[in-house]
Amino acid sequence: MNAWFRQHFAAFFRAIRRLAAAPLNTLLSLLVIGIAMTLPAAGYVFLDNIRTLGANHTGIQQISLFMQTGSSAQAVAAVRERIDERLPGQWRFVPRDEALQQLKNTEGMAEIIAALPKNPLPDAFILEPDDASPENMESLRAEFADFSDVAHVQLDSAWIKRFNAFLRLGVQTVNLLALVFAVGLVAVTFNTIRLQVLAQAEEIEVARLIGATDAFIRRPFYYSGILQGALGGLAALFLLLSGLAILNPSVTQLAALYGSDFTLHPPGFVYFSLPVILGAFLGWLGAQLSVSLALRHMQ
Amino acid sequence: MIAGSHLVKRYLGGFEAIRDVSFEIAAGAMILIGGHSGAGKTTLLKLIGAIERPTSGSLIVGGQNLTALRNSALPFLRRNLGLVFQNQKLLFDRPALENVLLPLEIIGLPLREAQRRARAALDKVGLLAREKAYPIALSGGEQQRLAIARAVVNRPSVLLVDEPTANLDEGSARQVLDLFAAFNQVGVTVVIATHAPREIPGRDLRLMTLDHGQLLP
Repeated sequence: MNAWFRQHFAAFFRAIRRLAAAPLNTLLSLLVIGIAMTLPAAGYVFLDNIRTLGANHTGIQQISLFMQTGSSAQAVAAVRERIDERLPGQWRFVPRDEALQQLKNTEGMAEIIAALPKNPLPDAFILEPDDASPENMESLRAEFADFSDVAHVQLDSAWIKRFNAFLRLGVQTVNLLALVFAVGLVAVTFNTIRLQVLAQAEEIEVARLIGATDAFIRRPFYYSGILQGALGGLAALFLLLSGLAILNPSVTQLAALYGSDFTLHPPGFVYFSLPVILGAFLGWLGAQLSVSLALRHMQ
Repeated sequence: MIAGSHLVKRYLGGFEAIRDVSFEIAAGAMILIGGHSGAGKTTLLKLIGAIERPTSGSLIVGGQNLTALRNSALPFLRRNLGLVFQNQKLLFDRPALENVLLPLEIIGLPLREAQRRARAALDKVGLLAREKAYPIALSGGEQQRLAIARAVVNRPSVLLVDEPTANLDEGSARQVLDLFAAFNQVGVTVVIATHAPREIPGRDLRLMTLDHGQLLP
């Protein structure tokens, strides 16, 4: 093992010793960092769950394609063939008789339907594209509307647009929140490291006089910042998962009342590790700024 | 060899601590820099130790021209110099052994080898039995010897010492000076700044006397 690695190991363990030397201060700092990271992380998880809930909600991603009344079986077959070619996703055919039957089963409609001289409903296709983005849905609607024998294509695009606009607004708000808290995290680390540098001023002066490079002096403080940020990120994950575990029974109960099996899901692995990685980076950034400033003052 | 030529050190405000000083110190020599308080002894030592830069003139230490040396190269130069400060600058939050280990940590020596060398240095100054003692628990003479152990643990070619006997009783002062003589005997160049130059029995010392920043002939 060469001197460079040895010095990094030594600096890493020195940073751990410094954090352990003031357990209460360290704990409070980690708690502040953890809470600061929990809020935006919880926002992202909430939005992710809302997105999933929206995607699972039937009707939102559907396109209803109505044939002209009295279309022949050949015309229906031709449209069916073209849907098969063009649509990545699922679809089902609703014959006009089945549609009438469904309408009859609706409370209060049976008598009205019975009074009609003939079935006024057309054959229809219910399409569920894999890509339910508003742009794709709109483009498919326009394309299917041009099919011959198709009378009308209906897309609940307003609903989707509103839903996506809401999600976009949510993401922007959470991004803004994350930015504010990131600055806060850098400031917290900056201050903690500044206090550490001041406490170690004598050691730094002596080390400089006997041949320590700036890199040698900075290294333990960088590790301190990285450790604080990463551990703060872990604390945020713990708080987030605890929050989900506490809220989930109530959410499940509420969803069941609406006939849904929805539950709050935790973030995926990538998002799971993000608070730790981001925390470590922001901690390093705070330490870097703090040490640079403090060393310049000491010089 | 250490060679200064027309050295001037002027501080902010115009005060000249060193005025046109030229000198040569041969490798392996033992030199006393004498003079009254404020004569410029510590400043000259700081210039040689690359702690401060001269305002003008040239200064060569161990073949390197300090006036032209980049800041980033200074730490590596200082590793070849042993510095013993007037107030020792010991770290009071760590025991004697760890104080001596610091220069070896800086150069990245493996811990076991570093501990072996640090103990050897403590042994040389007679403090091996007190390796676990914190500096606060050591006497003035022991603190000075601990500072010497830290200065020599890197096996420097030059030892720069500032007022080593200022606060010591006669016995402790003699012990400390004997230590410097012992290091000088094995080839280490020793430069001692002191306001009260003492004789060291058996050593032929050269005395450079400063007066108001100028070297007396």
